[in-house]
Amino acid sequence: MEMLWFWLVSVLMAIYVVMDGFDFGAGILHLFVAKTNEERREVLGAVGPLWDGNEVWLLAGGGSLFLAFPKVLAAGFSGFYLALFLVLWFLLLRAISIEFRSHVQDVLWRQLWDAGFSVASIVLPVLLGAALGNVLRGVPLDASGYFSLPLWTHFWVTPWPGILDWYTVLIGVFALVTMAAHGSLFLAWKTQGPVHDRSVALSMKLWGAVVVIWLVATVASFGVTPGLFQNLPRSPLAWLAVIIFVAGLVSVFVGVRRQKYLMAFLGSGAFILGILAATAACVYPVMLKSTLDPAYSLTAQNALAGRIGLNAALGWWFIAFVIVLGYYTYLFRFHRGKVKAAAEGEGY
Amino acid sequence: MGDPLFWHRLQFGFTITYHYLFPQLTMGLAFIIVVLKALGLKTGEARYMEAARFWIRIFGINFAVGVVTGIPMEFQFGTNWAEFSRISGGVIGQSLAMEGMFAFFLESSFLGLLVWGEKKLSPRAHFGAAIALWIGSWLSGYFIIVTNAFMQHPVGYTVTPEGIFQLTSFWAFILNPWAFAQYAHNMLATVVTGSFVVAAVGAFWALKGLYPEQARLNLKVGVILGFIFSVLLAFPTGDIAGKMVAKYQPVSLAAMEGRFDSGPFADLVMVGQPNVAEARIDNPIRVPAVLSFLAYGSFSANVKGLKDFPRDQWPTSIEMLYYAYHIMVGLGTLLILIMAIGLLLSWKGRLATARPMLWVLMLAFPFPYIATTAGWAVAEFGRQPWLIYGLLRTAKGASPTVHSGATIFTSLGFAGIYLVLGFLFLYLIGREVAHGPASHTQKA
Ligand code: HDD
Ligand code: HEM
Ligand code: HEM
Repeated sequence: MEMLWFWLVSVLMAIYVVMDGFDFGAGILHLFVAKTNEERREVLGAVGPLWDGNEVWLLAGGGSLFLAFPKVLAAGFSGFYLALFLVLWFLLLRAISIEFRSHVQDVLWRQLWDAGFSVASIVLPVLLGAALGNVLRGVPLDASGYFSLPLWTHFWVTPWPGILDWYTVLIGVFALVTMAAHGSLFLAWKTQGPVHDRSVALSMKLWGAVVVIWLVATVASFGVTPGLFQNLPRSPLAWLAVIIFVAGLVSVFVGVRRQKYLMAFLGSGAFILGILAATAACVYPVMLKSTLDPAYSLTAQNALAGRIGLNAALGWWFIAFVIVLGYYTYLFRFHRGKVKAAAEGEGY
Repeated sequence: MGDPLFWHRLQFGFTITYHYLFPQLTMGLAFIIVVLKALGLKTGEARYMEAARFWIRIFGINFAVGVVTGIPMEFQFGTNWAEFSRISGGVIGQSLAMEGMFAFFLESSFLGLLVWGEKKLSPRAHFGAAIALWIGSWLSGYFIIVTNAFMQHPVGYTVTPEGIFQLTSFWAFILNPWAFAQYAHNMLATVVTGSFVVAAVGAFWALKGLYPEQARLNLKVGVILGFIFSVLLAFPTGDIAGKMVAKYQPVSLAAMEGRFDSGPFADLVMVGQPNVAEARIDNPIRVPAVLSFLAYGSFSANVKGLKDFPRDQWPTSIEMLYYAYHIMVGLGTLLILIMAIGLLLSWKGRLATARPMLWVLMLAFPFPYIATTAGWAVAEFGRQPWLIYGLLRTAKGASPTVHSGATIFTSLGFAGIYLVLGFLFLYLIGREVAHGPASHTQKA
């Protein structure tokens, strides 16, 4: 039971990163690949109909965490208090930037929201990546089951770190570059003309950087949490995940070379999904690691909610999940093909 | 002021009150858009479709603000109310997760089709998108109200030896009778808000002499729906909500009514200021025996007063509770009155030229917003001092590790951000209303 729910929550979170990841990526590159108003409307037209649904994966993941592991939610959310409010405020900035920009035909108004979209999309992956870094490094959970972390202290990895230290910032930067690379392939797939060409040109550089930072981050993770990869040889799921992300990486490079951008984009999705799944397999069953004493760590076993509720939830969860996949299939089919910049007053 | 609990409460209360200003219009308009499009499909008249198109544009802007203010709500359970989440997550996490999986995906997937898809979709398919959005938003309302109903009247749970709440019956929890009463009343209120907004825009155009056909149509739809739903809101649903409170939270009822002494033939206080220190109402105007009848269906029923409850059970803000309740009920009566006059004039074909009445309709749209906010204040202040009624005190639900420096910082942040957001929202809506029913492209 605990294993099932651990994976259900992880899958929702991983889908969130893949889905909202390309929105972040498009936002990071927005100012660089799209110069004119028409071009910017093309980028916004590509993410516009999708970003809200993509963000709901975060709510669904958070909701499932709440339902299955309330202790983890309570400790994690209150412990990362300030960082989470920053996430909230930047999510808000991103959403209104996308939604409000095209309502007013004024140069300054549009420059303002283009910048908002871009800044929010740059800050969010760093914060979310740093959150993952915190989970890997561990937090000072004590016997009360709670902890509290300041945003930063001295940037060193000690038993009393800040949310941002050199390691978590490194993971944040890794997330930023990966999202940018992911977004460049999304735009390569969905757009045409100059936006497309610039995205393709950037994508290879970004993917090169992803590979380098990934190697650095893996070594650093090993340094910070030596036990992290112990699970790897023993867990068949972890091997599956490794195969997925390596295959994803290969199809990114092959896809770009052959100019099959959908293939490359799906490859980058698989890369992200695989890397997150491998991480989840490595940390299982620990959900929030204590840096003070392993006995205080919150695990899938000791944080699990009551059985009757979880059984009931399994009943509706899979039904809902299938329905949601149905909406997504319809949505992506409806918006298939390249985006066309809409006429003024319509679209994003 | 240094007490983090105070700031958690202020922050949650402020952000939820602000959030709810938007979903109520979303849910009301979603219904009205379905009505307009159904009329359009049935009669084949373009004016209904044109009206629907205008309201869909307003819907889109309103929805976006509803989304961005809703996400902080979801997070605040964990950030601000960690103990509450830890203790009751196994129960209320259920309905919150269902809201995400069943309702939010539905809404967010079909919104784009409704707002930008009219040209690409057939009229029937576009109508289908409107229905999907209506169902999605009303489902979302149900799940959140189930969550709140558990806090008002917990059912279907058990408490473990460690003091954690666990679900014992999923169906008892989802079909909480309190949720039915609350949902019916609340959803009718959203349509009332929507109708007043629709009528106000119609009145504005009529007063300015703009778009006469659309002005008349919006006025008519607004007053018809507004009248029907305002009446249903008071009776039977408001009445049922009151009886639920009388049955399960009698001490809140006493505070709402400003009743300090117990006894039969309880009189209803229409006007007056509660003087809690002296335990009486100053300057009262009373109607004899009506309260007994409203609460329990019999004039001779005994209605307990606050003095008969232990002090530590009293709601923490009796004055607020009393005023919020009286504002809601007072406005409820006024709303019925306004819509009745509007309907009468509309029936005689004189509404579009009755200028004084148009002024009233144009200026009245804030009233339902005030009434719904007051209504939620009644529900939430009435629940105090409990976070989960009878089970968990509000003081025991906050996050133990978050200090007041952090909550004050985030509260101030929200105050600033929401102020700016409010201005932007009003600016964009104002432009659309001034622009009129024709879309930007058609005008240019
Ligand atoms: C346009 C808005 C509006 C209007 C005119 C009314 N209400 Fe209301 N009322 C609400 C909007 C609302 C609400 C915002 O929708 C509430 C808050 C919680 C809920 O579910 O509904 C509510 C709650 C609420 C409660 C509290 C339930 C609780 O404590 O949980 C009672 C007793 C009533 N209502 C009764 C009435 C009566 C007798 C009315 C007579 C006219 C009335 N309401 C008009
Ligand atoms: C739009 C409708 C709502 C409004 C206007 C509203 C208003 C408020 C207010 C004013 C408070 C502060 C009360 C006090 O501290 O005395 C509060 C507290 C709270 N409300 Fe609501 N509320 C609404 C809906 C909800 C819903 C749907 C839920 C649950 C799902 C909820 C959960 C809470 C919680 C957890 C608190 C904090 C603890 C407490 O003070 O009791 N509220 N709300
Ligand atoms: C503590 C209480 C609440 C929480 C946690 C909450 C959460 C949320 C979230 C996360 C969204 C955005 C969904 C998206 O991304 O599509 C949202 C929107 C929405 N909420 Fe709330 N909400 C609360 C209170 C309420 C109440 C009281 C109602 C109505 C009864 C309501 C009805 C809606 C609706 C209809 C939407 C759709 C979007 C919109 O209109 O703005 N919510 N809410």
